[in-house]
Amino acid sequence: MEIFLQQLVNGLSLGAIYALIALGYTLVYGVLRFINFAHGDVLMIGSYAGFYIALELSQQLGATISYQIAFLMLMGSMLVCAGIGVLIELLAYRPLRNHPKLTVLITSIGVSLLLSYGGQILFGAQPRPFPELIHASQLHITKNLTISSSHLIVLLVTAVILLALRFIVMKTRFGMAVRALSMNPQAASLMGVNPNAVISWTFALGSALAGAAGILYSMTIQSIEPLMGTMPGIKAFIAAVLGGIGSIPGAALGGVLMGLVETFVGGSSFSSYRDAIAFGLLILILLLKPAGLLGKAQAEKV
Amino acid sequence: MKRYITVITLALLAIAFGGCKKAASLLPPNEIKVGEFTSLTGVNATFGQSANNGTQIALQEINAAGGVLGKNLNIIVDDTQSKAGETSTIVHKLISQDHVVALLGEIASVRSLEAAPIAQENKIPMISPASTNEKVTQAGDYIFRICFIDSFQGKVMSKFARSIGVKHVAILTDTSKDYSVGLTDSFKKDFTANGGLIVSEQSYSGGDKDFGPQLTAIKAQNPEAIFLPDYYTEAPLIMRQARQLGIDVPFMGTDGWDSPELLTVGGNAVEGSYFSNHFSQENASPNVQRFVKNYKDKYGSAPDGIAALGYDSVYILADAIKRAGSTDPVKLRDAIAGTQNFDGVTGKITLDANRNPMKSAVVIRVQDHSFRYLETIDP
Repeated sequence: MEIFLQQLVNGLSLGAIYALIALGYTLVYGVLRFINFAHGDVLMIGSYAGFYIALELSQQLGATISYQIAFLMLMGSMLVCAGIGVLIELLAYRPLRNHPKLTVLITSIGVSLLLSYGGQILFGAQPRPFPELIHASQLHITKNLTISSSHLIVLLVTAVILLALRFIVMKTRFGMAVRALSMNPQAASLMGVNPNAVISWTFALGSALAGAAGILYSMTIQSIEPLMGTMPGIKAFIAAVLGGIGSIPGAALGGVLMGLVETFVGGSSFSSYRDAIAFGLLILILLLKPAGLLGKAQAEKV
Repeated sequence: MKRYITVITLALLAIAFGGCKKAASLLPPNEIKVGEFTSLTGVNATFGQSANNGTQIALQEINAAGGVLGKNLNIIVDDTQSKAGETSTIVHKLISQDHVVALLGEIASVRSLEAAPIAQENKIPMISPASTNEKVTQAGDYIFRICFIDSFQGKVMSKFARSIGVKHVAILTDTSKDYSVGLTDSFKKDFTANGGLIVSEQSYSGGDKDFGPQLTAIKAQNPEAIFLPDYYTEAPLIMRQARQLGIDVPFMGTDGWDSPELLTVGGNAVEGSYFSNHFSQENASPNVQRFVKNYKDKYGSAPDGIAALGYDSVYILADAIKRAGSTDPVKLRDAIAGTQNFDGVTGKITLDANRNPMKSAVVIRVQDHSFRYLETIDP
């Protein structure tokens, strides 16, 4: 029972990270109807941004363990990623706005490769330890159940971000514009929504989420390396599809489910098949319920 | 017009291929070319760089003392980038374009296994300085190694574990590395044969970053120590995540841990853990201390086991060329196979019938953020 609870905590923590990344996928899909495969690598940029910001701030302020530095690092990283996201959209996707979706998809794969291998040249391929800005402590509930500070931080930060996102999407004009654009782009622009501006801001938002996810992920795995974004990116994409691509609650649900499945399989005797089962899940969902758990099947008007 | 283009193209191709054949016989007569393929960049970069540092020092010393058989020794170094496919490409290149008489490499067993069949097929002797997986030398009689093999290394850590009173061990294996799988097998066999109990066996794939699930499953079985045969890239991460989950038993590792990165990435999480290795810079023997001093003078840091093995591999090759009296592949192969009691910085090396050396291993303990020599375990 205790092992189950421990794996539950591990799984929720990992799932929260996947949920953040999946939300980025879903937001972009909602407004542009395409999967931004470069999203996982924006996560990597976020981690490195956080790493360098923390380094700089630690040197400036002379402290190595500090909540303020951690908070600033998170904000700084989200900002950098938002900027990168807007830049990518402007340079790589906007010129292809009226081209077939397949073209943009291939471009996004190209951007992903550019980011990861460019990162390898820029940052060096060696994995680096992620700085410990918050003193790692454990809460030993019982002998076999330990909740570590990183678990708590991940769950807390994700909860705050999800609430903020819900507020933005449901209660602000910008959120209304995003929802309108995702429902019907032509009607939305007729109603006065500026598609270019909303799309740029959506990319900024989604990428900021990836940045936050990057920081949390680096904190969990304790290291950063240029190719670190690929796998979480793919798994979060599966999570977004699982929950229903285009649906925000779906992305969150899919992320959590993905994290739980991965953790429980990883701790069982099938641990080598962890990734295989994760990808198998994607195939299963696409066969049984292609719209995802919370998605609505959209009929294409011919 | 089309016909002209075809004729010209064919003519150019003929010249190109004809040129190739000519180059084959224009070997410079006054130097001996040896190929070194190693991971200078990529995930296992410290392995390749260390080994190369060692070979460069050996190269300098040998050429300063007059070379081999009166000729200059030339080591052509190529980077495998720690990648699988890259290794066969550069080994082919070293053999067919650079016409090397022998090959030195690789460090990682999985890449040595990739190169060995190529060297064997082309009958070019290959000496791996540091690949410990048994299958490497089984590829053929032209493939040698100068480090101990994993069937011995697994026994070393099993013996050590029992000597510190550990009876319940958990094992974490990387199923994507032959190195890790081979060591797990030999450790398990020896440990259980001597009364020990493996309480949990978990696995992961190289490149995985989140080990929470596996560590949680291991923790639930209460091991007294955790055997982690992997490289310095994943090992410190695993240990950090383990400490985060409240696992504070020592970890036991193998020579793949031997890198300063283990300490920089692992930090406090690695303290108090042990691993088996080929070499310790605290060894008081004079030629080891001389090597350590020369290495420090040239590179500003202390040599690790891989550097020492790189150094020894060049000297053993040079010694074999001298004994063979030529660089003829068959004679050279036989001379390498006949290496006996070679006094290397990594110990006395005698190659057995399977082209593996009988050597002792040292156990290193991580203490005060440095590698401290603990004891020597003989075969």
